[in-house]
Amino acid sequence: MARRQTSELLRTRPTKPARRPEHLTEQRARPPIVEMRRVTKVYPGGHVGLEHVSLRVDRGEFVFLVGPTGCGKTTLIKTLIRELQPTEGEVLIAGRDIASLSDKKVPQLRRRIGTVFQDYKLLPSRNVYDNVAYALQVIGASRSEIRRKVPDALRLVGLADKVKNFPDQLSGGEQQRLSVARAFVNHPPLLLADEPTGNLDPNTSIGIMQVLYRINRTGTTVVVVTHDREMVDKMRRRVIALQDGHVIRDQAAGTYTADDESTREFALRLREEMGVEDEETRY
Amino acid sequence: MGRVFFFIGEGMRALRRSAAPGLASIVTVCITVLLLGVLIPVLQTTNGKTNQVRDQVGLRIFINDVNGQQAPADQVDALKAKLAAIPHVKQVTFVSKDAALGILSQRLKQDNRQDITAQLPGSHNPLPASFSVAPDDLSNLPSIRAAITPPGANGQPAPISPLISDIGDSRDDASKISGATTAIRWVLGVVAALLLVASLLLVANTIRLSIYARRREVEVMRLVGATNWFIRWPFMAEGLVCGLIGAAIAIGFLFLGKQVIVDPLANNFNLINSGHTIGFANLALVLVCVAMGVSAMGSGLTLRRFLRI
Repeated sequence: MARRQTSELLRTRPTKPARRPEHLTEQRARPPIVEMRRVTKVYPGGHVGLEHVSLRVDRGEFVFLVGPTGCGKTTLIKTLIRELQPTEGEVLIAGRDIASLSDKKVPQLRRRIGTVFQDYKLLPSRNVYDNVAYALQVIGASRSEIRRKVPDALRLVGLADKVKNFPDQLSGGEQQRLSVARAFVNHPPLLLADEPTGNLDPNTSIGIMQVLYRINRTGTTVVVVTHDREMVDKMRRRVIALQDGHVIRDQAAGTYTADDESTREFALRLREEMGVEDEETRY
Repeated sequence: MGRVFFFIGEGMRALRRSAAPGLASIVTVCITVLLLGVLIPVLQTTNGKTNQVRDQVGLRIFINDVNGQQAPADQVDALKAKLAAIPHVKQVTFVSKDAALGILSQRLKQDNRQDITAQLPGSHNPLPASFSVAPDDLSNLPSIRAAITPPGANGQPAPISPLISDIGDSRDDASKISGATTAIRWVLGVVAALLLVASLLLVANTIRLSIYARRREVEVMRLVGATNWFIRWPFMAEGLVCGLIGAAIAIGFLFLGKQVIVDPLANNFNLINSGHTIGFANLALVLVCVAMGVSAMGSGLTLRRFLRI
């Protein structure tokens, strides 16, 4: 599954190799899924959201983006889906400079990036099932495809028994998981999650993280924005720290856990290390 | 095809889930259509009536009697052909002495004064025969008049035929009527235009409010990767449905009004019973199309603001 999407993304034309001759061959073969080159975003009021941010995220990675409130995390996410255009610098998704996309192509970009928003951004007039189905409807999926994929996605996040509920009948954690299900339902090669555990209790947070981890194991690149330091430390994944719009730390190595840790083992370890009681496995 | 049903379904879902803005649109459309439905026939009737009045104004050319009898038919026909050949003359009608007497006695009968014509001695008919000349437009009346009585050798106007005894001078009436009808047309036109603009703004504003209430939803759709048209179609479908329902209700009221108020009066009032008005079915069709078009377009255009990427 993941391989197919990767090849889909590769179909977009890479930027001219002449720009980065040192990476020429590598660039041609597998451009990183996200690449930011000296990206600066200055808001109309003069507030600097990002300043000269350069980073690379390779396919299949699980990356945390941390930093205090107002450090530019959300700005960074918004530039990745072209909700905001950087003032300077380039944002490349799968090797393609997204500033060069015409307005008409922007929806195509957004369909290939699943995004989990801090404020969930669910459609209030649709029930759980239809919220997830909408992400498939926009890409013109057939009815049978929707009928097949939506229950899968809802099972993944543990909402299979709430399909008929409307967003305002769900708890915060459930809304967040619904948001994850919607972001993942068409199996995008890249999943961005902006504060997915923002105001949830530790146990629910672990549940969300477990879902994201499971998604990552299917080959999807996952970028998680958070200020939950404890969670980040326990997850032992790559951490990019932002402060005042700058990257101040990009810690890829360290105590990286083995990739073959199962989702269940992962959750058990997290609960243990964070001192959260192990409830019955809910997800 | 499946897409069409999907979009209509989406539009209906929005109406079901949040009925208040949809209801506001429906009521606004309904009121506007009612207004238009009353205004259009009224305008047409007024226009038709003023046209009728204008049509009645023309030249009346009186003809000399020959030996106390009506002039011979061949002379009359020759003069009629001459008159008809004058530019801007739309119609020339011959009114014989007998016909003139008939019209007079008819009029007196209406006033219950038929005794006046009854007093005429024997077969004596004092009324002259005449031509009534209708111009194609009221403003051309003076030029027609000039053509009938071109300046003669001595500089005085001389009639084109010795048969002509006199030309009925309705110049003052004509200019008065012309002025009055023009003024009426202008006033009605301005009122109609103002009402139309006001009602369009009303509909547009209601739609704008209902979409503004859902701008977050539109934003979410954009962020999930929906194309602009994918977002727009359901809103337009909703607009179409609102327009249809609103127009249908209004037409129901109009039909009721026509049956209960206008039709019973039509026999008594010449003004209402005018042949110039649009048929009810046509009127209904036009109104439904306009209402659906305006509310769908309004939805589509208002959305543009929220669809900027």
